Amino acid sequence: MATIKIPPVLRPSTGGEKEVIAAGDDVGAVLNALAEQHPSTRSQLFGEGGDLNRYVNVYLNDEDVRVLQGLDTPVGESDTLVILPAMAGGGR
Amino acid sequence: MSPSGAEFIRQIKSQIDEVDPAEVHEVLGNGAVIVDVRETEEVAQGKLPGAIHVPRGHLESRIEGAAPDRSQRVILYCASGNRSALAARTLREDLGYEHVESMTGGYTLWKDRGYEIEVPRQWSPEQRQRYSRHFLLPEIGEEGQQKLLDAKVLLLGAGGLGSPTALYLAAAGVGTLGLVDDDVVDVSNLQRQVIHTTDRVGVPKVDSAEEQIKALNPDVEVVKYQTRLDASNILEIIEGYDVIVDGVDNFPTRYLLNDATVRLKIPVVSASILGFDGQLSVFAPYEGPCYRCLYPVPPPAELAPSCGANGVLGVLPGTMGLLQATEVVKLVVGAGEPLIGRLLLYEALSATFTELKVRRDPDCPICSRDPEEISDEEMGVFPDYEAFCAAAG
Repeated sequence: MATIKIPPVLRPSTGGEKEVIAAGDDVGAVLNALAEQHPSTRSQLFGEGGDLNRYVNVYLNDEDVRVLQGLDTPVGESDTLVILPAMAGGGR
Repeated sequence: MSPSGAEFIRQIKSQIDEVDPAEVHEVLGNGAVIVDVRETEEVAQGKLPGAIHVPRGHLESRIEGAAPDRSQRVILYCASGNRSALAARTLREDLGYEHVESMTGGYTLWKDRGYEIEVPRQWSPEQRQRYSRHFLLPEIGEEGQQKLLDAKVLLLGAGGLGSPTALYLAAAGVGTLGLVDDDVVDVSNLQRQVIHTTDRVGVPKVDSAEEQIKALNPDVEVVKYQTRLDASNILEIIEGYDVIVDGVDNFPTRYLLNDATVRLKIPVVSASILGFDGQLSVFAPYEGPCYRCLYPVPPPAELAPSCGANGVLGVLPGTMGLLQATEVVKLVVGAGEPLIGRLLLYEALSATFTELKVRRDPDCPICSRDPEEISDEEMGVFPDYEAFCAAAG
């Protein structure tokens, strides 16, 4: 079971949860398991073709999955996935 | 019988390696560390270009700041070659430096030969006290402080992030601080924008910030731009600055800033905040990734809320702004490992930091190309730009 860190903008979709535990052998399976648990995250993570939305970065531990094997990147039991959309706030 | 002082120095000189000023002149700037071991008053009259000042009295405690690698070549000099000979023996025999030499004839012979010198900044007694804690740090010292006073740093926004950044950079003695902000102080700002005060509500933020900066450190020159950064003014405003501190509150300006700074090769210390969460990275054009390598497209408007709409912990911009200020000082003085190619996430509620790797995108629409190829028309533009801006209002 991998741990997924949920960014602030997605927390309304996970009932306020900051971390979600989900099962899966690769990044795509783990994120799909997240979307099963919290359906409103699906459209925020995935585009129509099932690929990751380009404005969402996903890191396996500290590495961007796009420089690994994307959604096919294998995920181990103790791994952490970080979902990271861009933020622009400057405290104005 | 103990030897006389002169005899002792002769003995020491026979045990160490000496080097002629002609050879030092040839290797100047080529990797050897040149260390001036004279007293502060002597160095004030002039020194070898690029030499690092480590007074002989502080040699053992401060030499590692000047020459951390004990296998690198270290050339010591004083006024005539005696004190540097004694210092050379100390470095070799007691501290294990492998390649130490003392320059024969010292600074006097160097100057007599007509080689170039540089005259360090003359510190006023007040400046010596003001910056004394920096002078004590080998990583900063008088040279680093001089770099800070010569530095020009531009702050985009005198708001949540800009307030603490401006205050600490002013305190640190950054010589020129540019401030870009078109807003006026509102009482709702004061929960986090600590450079402003209750009695300055209604005053333009650039004026309010200038007043506070001047009160803190009269060495700092403030350059005010009471405007919003846009495609028509950005190049004119940012040109000539050494580092830019990005605390802007919207995506279009962040992309515009990225493209303009890549074009002008100016490093950007970037932070953003929302709620209890912050992000920080340093984008150094062509050295590391740029903002577009990290975020090729902005999120849709519903996933890109601003602090105004969603709230922010008042302390959070202080935390993130001071991390930005720290990175600025490191870039200016050349100390440590800047946060290039790394993204630092801070979650205040759980009190955790997470570090992620950021790679240069070989297909980046901006930084994969030469700076002169980036045209005015494409700066700040991204896919679906118009739809994004319309949705964001």
